Amino acid sequence: MTAATTTGLVAYEDAVRRYDPVLGIEVHVELGTLTKMFCAAEVAYGGEPNTQVTPVSLGLPGALPVVNGKAVEYAIRIGLALNCTISENCRFARKNYFYPDVPKNFQTSQYDEPIAFDGWIDIELDDGAVFRVEIERAHMEEDAGKNTHVGGATGRIQGAEYSLVDYNRAGIPLVEIVTRPIEGAGERAPEVARAYVQTLRDIFRTLDVSEARMERGNVRADVNLSLRPSPESPLGTRTETKNVNSFRSIERAVRYEVSRQAGVLDAGLPVIQETRHFHEEDGTTSSGRVKSDAEDYRYFPEPDLVPVAPSREWVEEIRATLPEMPVARRRRLQTEWGYADAEMRDVVNAGAIELIEATVAAGTSAAGARKWWMGELARRANQDEVTLEDLTVTPAQIAQLQGLVESGRINDKLARQVLDGVLAGEGDPEAVVVSRGLEIVSDDGPLLAAIDDALAAQPDIVEKVRGGNQGPVGAIIGAVMKATKGQADAKRVRELVLDRIGS
Amino acid sequence: MTQDITRLSASDLASALRSKDVSSVEATQAHLDRIAAVDGDLHAFLHVSSEEALATAAEADAKRAAGEELHPLAGVPIAVKDVVVTKGLPTTAGSKILEGWIPPYDATLVQRIKAAGLPILGKTNMDEFAMGSSTEHSAFGNTKNPWDLDRIPGGSGGGSAAAVAGFEAPLAIGTDTGGSIRQPGAVTGTVGVKPTYGGVSRYGLIAMASSLDQAGPVTRSVLDAALLHELIGGHDPHDSTSINEPVPGVVAAARHGANGDLKGLRVGVVKELSGEGYQAGVSARFDESLDQLRALGAEIVEVSCPSFGYALDAYYLIMPAEASSNLAKFDGMRFGLRVEPAEGPVTAERVMSATRGAGFGDEVKRRVILGTYALSAGYYDAYYGSAQKVRTLIQRDFAAAFEQADVLVSPTAPTTAFKFGEKLDDPLAMYLNDIATIPANLAGVPGMSLPNGLSDDGLPVGFQILAPAKADDRLYRVGAALEAALESRWGGPLLNKAPELKTTELAR
Repeated sequence: MTAATTTGLVAYEDAVRRYDPVLGIEVHVELGTLTKMFCAAEVAYGGEPNTQVTPVSLGLPGALPVVNGKAVEYAIRIGLALNCTISENCRFARKNYFYPDVPKNFQTSQYDEPIAFDGWIDIELDDGAVFRVEIERAHMEEDAGKNTHVGGATGRIQGAEYSLVDYNRAGIPLVEIVTRPIEGAGERAPEVARAYVQTLRDIFRTLDVSEARMERGNVRADVNLSLRPSPESPLGTRTETKNVNSFRSIERAVRYEVSRQAGVLDAGLPVIQETRHFHEEDGTTSSGRVKSDAEDYRYFPEPDLVPVAPSREWVEEIRATLPEMPVARRRRLQTEWGYADAEMRDVVNAGAIELIEATVAAGTSAAGARKWWMGELARRANQDEVTLEDLTVTPAQIAQLQGLVESGRINDKLARQVLDGVLAGEGDPEAVVVSRGLEIVSDDGPLLAAIDDALAAQPDIVEKVRGGNQGPVGAIIGAVMKATKGQADAKRVRELVLDRIGS
Repeated sequence: MTQDITRLSASDLASALRSKDVSSVEATQAHLDRIAAVDGDLHAFLHVSSEEALATAAEADAKRAAGEELHPLAGVPIAVKDVVVTKGLPTTAGSKILEGWIPPYDATLVQRIKAAGLPILGKTNMDEFAMGSSTEHSAFGNTKNPWDLDRIPGGSGGGSAAAVAGFEAPLAIGTDTGGSIRQPGAVTGTVGVKPTYGGVSRYGLIAMASSLDQAGPVTRSVLDAALLHELIGGHDPHDSTSINEPVPGVVAAARHGANGDLKGLRVGVVKELSGEGYQAGVSARFDESLDQLRALGAEIVEVSCPSFGYALDAYYLIMPAEASSNLAKFDGMRFGLRVEPAEGPVTAERVMSATRGAGFGDEVKRRVILGTYALSAGYYDAYYGSAQKVRTLIQRDFAAAFEQADVLVSPTAPTTAFKFGEKLDDPLAMYLNDIATIPANLAGVPGMSLPNGLSDDGLPVGFQILAPAKADDRLYRVGAALEAALESRWGGPLLNKAPELKTTELAR
């Protein structure tokens, strides 16, 4: 039994009043290279188990690694974007430990010679405040395979009948980014942790080094947290909460650990240095493995690889081609689009920047693009519990849809029906309008017939209008719209009705 | 042909194939017959691949008949040490833990052998994972020395050396981490070359110590070694440590050297690799060979490499450290032996433990434990770290010595072949066998052993030549010159003096 299970939680606000939280975050990002870190096996999401493998990524006897140059380039891009120094000569090392998902029973990683080190990144908090996070290092390594535990109730190894290993992921290039202790976040520690990982995610996408999809495990965060009585006190004992894999979970995990550790400290007990698991269901963490000196990875320089020595010319070449970083880009786009601060924040939080940018690029006004992505589409994504980018509609299609509205060929109500068709895979908006027959009736013939019917049905109103009172004309228009199932252009109907009555 | 095909050198057999005096199928069959006749006693082979070899031979013959351009060694059969991965052929590295494993891919050097059309006769016996100097650590029984069946054929490549010395194969592949090509060469009267580190791809060699392992030729003549070296050498993009330069002109050097003119060549005798601990007959043959080199025009100088005294110590930290990590993959999870614990829960960790406990032999366990310890936190600097410093010092010693001499020489091994069991219970005595060969591995420089006579006990002695990195051609020039001089004195190859092996009747 750990101390945590015997002490209570302290209310968060109380905890941060009396303790100063210090964060340390390790982020792993899977690089979007075509092939693995040390062999030519394909990197692709969702393949049949154990089909994206070579003798190297299976760790077969005799196989040797060769460094993927693209992965090194991506690692350097990340390092530069994080304002790091890029190593002139660095070696890989072997991290030795036995586990079935590690085919060689050692992970080829970097130990004391990371490719990038001593950097920093400014992150933007929800209210626009800027917080600087210092980066200790970014190093290259390979991912492990994936274990599936079958037969247990929880999907965990305990209680499982057997386990399956898929080595498709084994050897996928990773960059691990380690912060220095993040001090001074105070009560905003949860938000800082979340914003930091979010900023990294945005940077990875901007650099085009990874799809950086949290839900696919492209980006994984381990959150270290410790408490101390005051910012002047030495660092307290930390826990490491592993694989917190959504932005919301990061905030919750930090919040929970603050409350839990405060409870432990209040009880006069020591915080145990350990890894902890985060539970999505109730937002709690539980004790994992105790970190002790017994854990010895017997690191030594990888003798099968020669050192990586990126030339300064190459590094400068990469630096020169770095794209605009997200924070700067966000500020530029906000100005260009004329969004209010709150509007822009909502767009960012919804992960809609790229989608709106692409929609605008396809010819829609910034206001029009925002209306769709933050309105109807956000509603549908929310309803289906998917992200905006998971919706089966492209920015180009939204631009076409908005174009149809603006040209008056459909109205907003019809546009939503068109969207139904697009999401149902019936093709582009133009095609859906045709196939579903949703175009606004602009041919006066059928309209006039409907108008005449309506006029005939309500002669008293016709009289009033003829008498110079245009107020009740709406009733006629409404009847026409109803008869044409909303496909008529209301403005045109009004013109025709008035014309018909001859007022 | 009236002459026994199996007695031909590889280059002579290649000539006979070229002139169509003999077909590759005939030559391959002759060697398979020889294996059938003598390998019951020698046990050089762990697996004989008759069908595959004959198919390759037939293909080579067909291509030759069709007038295709062929590699000079096309059709010449070869044996491959079982530490080299061969697609479709069992590959055990002499270990129970890999028994029954059929690799799904070929080592780069095997690809080159196959592409050149050399029939692979089979896989040769070795100390488990190439750990040993006698082949007694094979999990599949001892290989005998063709000179005396009560004696060891050297190790770890005893199988390849015995196969070549016993005329079961004209060519063989060996690997050398601390002397595993050269020492078996010395004790069996054959030629063995460890190329410059990075000279031959390691892709597909089951690694013992990655920074030391190197594959090379095992043959009966210096020229044959050069021909095979040239075939398997050269850059391989699958091995990061492979040298991205053309193979040194080893064949030309061997042909040139055979003319016997060594005028202007400075030969350095390494002071630290002679004297105490070297058998009298070994020292006597060594001194005679120096006279021979002098007679060929070479200048003999003495050089000192003081750090060589620490080579064995450094080697027995670096090698086990790397081996402990390289051998971690043998865990019963993906290939090879899988042993479930006799009682208690069947967890991955316990299966790994049971598999490794049952699958590895004592010497392997000894080195894995040693290496694990040497890499442990708190000991790394004292052991692995210090050993790497010694390695640097040894490299400096070599650099200084090669300022004074073009090649360095020493006896290959301190003694001739010892008897089975003699050193099995005394690992340190066994390790001392490699005292003269280990420095080359630590420095990455190339080395050759060639036979330079018989000791007082009537057993073959080896002469070692070392050259600077990437100057492998020097080995061949000096080796071929000495070989020619010695053979003219002996009236033929030393192996002609080996006793005839008992042959069993063929039931073909």
